[in-house]
Amino acid sequence: MNAEATPRTRTIITPASQPAMPPHIKFRHDAGRGRWHVLAPERVFEPDPIAIEILKRCDGVRTVEQIANELAKDYNAPLQEILTDTISMLQELSDKGVVKA
Amino acid sequence: MNEIAPMEQFSNSPVEAACARAPVGLLAELTHRCPLQCPYCSNPLELERVNTELTTAEWQDVMRQAAELGILQIHLSGGEPTVRKDLEDIVEVAAKAGLYTNLITAGVTLTRDRLKKLKDLGLDHVQLSIQDVDEANAEKISSYKDGLAKKRQLGKWVRELDMPLTINAPIHRLNIENLPNIINFAVELGAGRIEVANIQYYAWALKNRASLMPTRAQVLKSAEIVEEAKERLKGIMVFDFVVPDYYAKTPKPCMGGWGRGIMNVTPQGRVLPCHAAESLPGLEFDNVKDKRLADIWLNGQAFQKYRGTSWMKEPCRSCPRAEIDFGGCRCQAMAFTGDAANTDPACSFSPHHAAFVAAAEQESAVPKPPAFVYRRMSAAKPVPAK
Repeated sequence: MNAEATPRTRTIITPASQPAMPPHIKFRHDAGRGRWHVLAPERVFEPDPIAIEILKRCDGVRTVEQIANELAKDYNAPLQEILTDTISMLQELSDKGVVKA
Repeated sequence: MNEIAPMEQFSNSPVEAACARAPVGLLAELTHRCPLQCPYCSNPLELERVNTELTTAEWQDVMRQAAELGILQIHLSGGEPTVRKDLEDIVEVAAKAGLYTNLITAGVTLTRDRLKKLKDLGLDHVQLSIQDVDEANAEKISSYKDGLAKKRQLGKWVRELDMPLTINAPIHRLNIENLPNIINFAVELGAGRIEVANIQYYAWALKNRASLMPTRAQVLKSAEIVEEAKERLKGIMVFDFVVPDYYAKTPKPCMGGWGRGIMNVTPQGRVLPCHAAESLPGLEFDNVKDKRLADIWLNGQAFQKYRGTSWMKEPCRSCPRAEIDFGGCRCQAMAFTGDAANTDPACSFSPHHAAFVAAAEQESAVPKPPAFVYRRMSAAKPVPAK
């Protein structure tokens, strides 16, 4: 079996991407431990406070730009900076299979 | 985003505080029955018989108790978990209890209908193990005919049903040269994750170490292959690479630390801090038939014995890595040095380290390795050479 890898491609996150968590990713608040978890195949992630706010907005409808806008307003922070950080975080999450876009 | 020490990955980062209250994962060995006979099976040499297995109701109660205790993920394993006809009933209760359910299967016994039913009941993820992508070699390793075709079929069904798929590839002397093809196989099947897991030498694998140990050069080459593939397949497939610790300088933080993140329930209901813990003398294992899971986790003698760092001797006791790798693996320390409280011989500070490395180097250099002792219920006898 020497076939080449199939041409599935890496998702690149842009301001227009509409990220969402696939059904097998469970983003949950763990009441016993008082923290949020992302449950993934044989993985448990502990999102930091910013990741939590981003993940809460990953509904497949809102664009990355809209998410960044909301965060910039809520945290009274410069939009461009927030947008750059949001894209880089979502790219990382996409590479880990936690979000699809 | 931090990752809490997972099952299969022995990372260098300390286990997160989330584990302190309760384990994050439970490995449920539903049965020791399996149609395959892989000579590196992690089950103990003394396999538990079908008539001693927990009942459906008992396993369902384990699932409910696990969720109450705070466990997040259940790994339904074996043997081959799908040989239990009540797997659906166990998955249903686990999913309803809010556990993330992971099926660890050899993939030769599951039908599409049954897989669909498991999905509908809430099964979250399938981990499919393969022996090799060369059919003859796969058959030789598993002592099972036409397994590869069945595995490929199951992988396709998993993807058709839009479930996430992990390919688990135990790596050893007989398949390490095929690693690029194994990675391609996983990509072709649409796996989102692959475990390139060098065999860890316990139980059956320890018995067969001389037949399985790759050379240091092979391991280094495989690490390069994984690094290259990881970069090329970024965003397409996630890699977990488990190195064989015979060629490591520091030991793995086995189980993320003893009694720290993971617990294991055997087919009979005995609760172990790790799946090989029965190889250690002086431990008392509680059974879910007698005690609550939470009580066993917190107070069980076996869990307390090597929990934390106070049991350590030198060189572990004063080592700055004491809370990073927790002295490595108790079972390996026992098997190789005769004392489970010794430093894991995989650690370069262990006085046994040189002999440990030499064993791997010598065995892997033998041109014709010995025949396998296949994993079987009956007495473990070597297969005569042809």
